[in-house]
Amino acid sequence: MATAHSKTAARLMISPAVLLLLGWMLVPLGMTIYFSLLRYNLLMPGMESFTGLDNYRYFLTDPAFYAAFKNTLLLVGGVLLITTVGGVLLALLLDQDFWGQGIVRILTIAPFFVMPTVSALVWKNMFMNPVNGLFAYLFQALGLEPYDWLGSAPLFSIIWMVSWTWLPFATLILLTALQSLDREQIEAAEMDGAGALARFFYITVPHLSRAATVVVLIETIFLLSVFAEILVTTNGGPGYASTNITYLVYAQSLLQFDVGGGAAGGIVAVVLANIVAIFLMRMIGKNLDA
Amino acid sequence: MGSITLSKITKTFGPKEVIPPLDLQINEGEFVVFVGPSGCGKSTLLRLIAGLEDVTSGQISINGEEVTLAPPAKRGLAMVFQSYALYPHMSVKKNIAFPLKMAKKSQSEIDEKVTNAAKVLNLTEYLDHRPGQLSGGQRQRVAIGRAIVREPAAFLFDEPLSNLDAALRVNMRAEISDLHRQLETTMIYVTHDQVEAMTMADKIVVLQAGRIEQVGAPLELYETPRNKFVAGFIGSPRMNFIEGHEAAKHDAHTIGIRPEHLTISTESGAWQGKVGLAEHLGSDTFLRVDAGPLGELTVRAIGDVKVKYGDTVFLSPDPSKIHRFDAGGLALR
Ligand SMILES: Nc1ncnc2c1ncn2[C@@H]1O[C@H](COP(=O)(O)OP(=O)(O)OP(=O)(O)O)[C@@H](O)[C@H]1O
Ligand SMILES: [Mg+2]
Repeated sequence: MATAHSKTAARLMISPAVLLLLGWMLVPLGMTIYFSLLRYNLLMPGMESFTGLDNYRYFLTDPAFYAAFKNTLLLVGGVLLITTVGGVLLALLLDQDFWGQGIVRILTIAPFFVMPTVSALVWKNMFMNPVNGLFAYLFQALGLEPYDWLGSAPLFSIIWMVSWTWLPFATLILLTALQSLDREQIEAAEMDGAGALARFFYITVPHLSRAATVVVLIETIFLLSVFAEILVTTNGGPGYASTNITYLVYAQSLLQFDVGGGAAGGIVAVVLANIVAIFLMRMIGKNLDA
Repeated sequence: MGSITLSKITKTFGPKEVIPPLDLQINEGEFVVFVGPSGCGKSTLLRLIAGLEDVTSGQISINGEEVTLAPPAKRGLAMVFQSYALYPHMSVKKNIAFPLKMAKKSQSEIDEKVTNAAKVLNLTEYLDHRPGQLSGGQRQRVAIGRAIVREPAAFLFDEPLSNLDAALRVNMRAEISDLHRQLETTMIYVTHDQVEAMTMADKIVVLQAGRIEQVGAPLELYETPRNKFVAGFIGSPRMNFIEGHEAAKHDAHTIGIRPEHLTISTESGAWQGKVGLAEHLGSDTFLRVDAGPLGELTVRAIGDVKVKYGDTVFLSPDPSKIHRFDAGGLALR
């Protein structure tokens, strides 16, 4: 198959698709770059002027940028940690034989189908609200002071909501991986004198590492752009306590009407996402080989 | 070290009784082979001994100590699985060292034992390879290596050679036999290949539907099978069974005669027939002869016999080698 001729043919055949995709990506990207070099404020239409890299300088030196950058990393890292560890534990649980197993497995995926805005509103109003929320009720029932989750621990609350959405995804992928683990390997380890914990760490965890890598890579892509949960709950606040880069770009362009600054922020976000992707591929991408 | 006693053990899966009450004594240092048709419960029996399945009732003791409820790790047995069950993410060295590591042995002791095992099994060059990079025979040896470093009371093998090609199988058979001679450890070996059973065993246990049909040395089973099942199962090609008038002449319901105990002649003999299939192997000739009322008989002749399809031939049984069975299939002596 890999003759010079077949390679040329293959290139020709995929070129329309590649060109279309390139156009699809390059035009918006090019326009974003173009806007990022302009002084472009929605309140002063028709007054655009070229400013060079000023927008970038303002965006990168804004203290909000540093806060948003940190929050983005915490959000991605926190959700990844909760979903992979929680996913492994849940997968282990669901892998046991129990009555009603099939239905439980189907129900597990349900949170993944709930739209982010809806789930965030449910969490905000039904659980985390310090007056009417179930958590507040629970705290009071235990004789404790109700806790204002979104006010006092906004980033944690958002990590929690996003984890709730992504946990089923991780669980299902890890569960299928778990089911592909050879029974005889576990039995061999049992004969070799490995206890339950040793079997888990020496046999199950290495077996799951590949699936976990897939979970981490896919989730990272989506978690870098979490937006709806923040918009409907905390609006990035208090202050910048729950603003991530995506939200900061939104705030810059549409709350401060600074299209140029927002575009510069967008480009910065693209660059950062690529850096994270390269790091991730370096760190765990080798799990995908062989 | 290494005697195993099974007394009245049974195993049921749901409503299905796979092992009816079964007694068996395995002596120290013996090479015991379980044979039987597919699905007769050989693997189940082995797994019961290993502790990977719980017995439904009955008792298992190893070296006189009752272990019926002991977990696998506490029984001091090592098992080699049909799929080898190597740990794919560990190097050969780590695979072999795993049981020692679990037993919390010192690093120097582990290194020494792994090096020794690798030497015995010709794996020294491959210690840093992953199982995925090894051939079937090498994987098999790694699995054996992982078993021997533990110095177990007995080795359990579940059809360890069935994934190997014919030539390699002959080699590994010899290697396992050598290993048994060197280590003098009890070995229990499951197979459905009777060449393996006949060549390796000190004692063969023939199973059918979870019942022990006969226990004995290979030649004992070959020469004095206790019933028709064992007679038909041991020996290749299968024993010929003849019923009716011819059997009545010998005061039996059925008589059995092995292919190698029939002499063939083109001129005269006790029974007449027509050659069906003729397989000329050079060293032997296997013939399927249609002997009319006696049915189809298989004959094995040494060397090449110049007969072909449709020829009329005469067969004479060796009278001292005729096995007689009653209506229930039990041997008459
Ligand atoms: N976990 C199980 N649940 C239900 N039935 C089982 C289970 N394991 C084995 N059996 C049944 O027990 C019987 C014996 O199985 P076993 O695996 O011991 O056969 P075997 O003699 O090893 O056969 P083979 O030569 O094909 O490996 C079979 O009829 C099988 O269907
Ligand atoms: Mg089996």
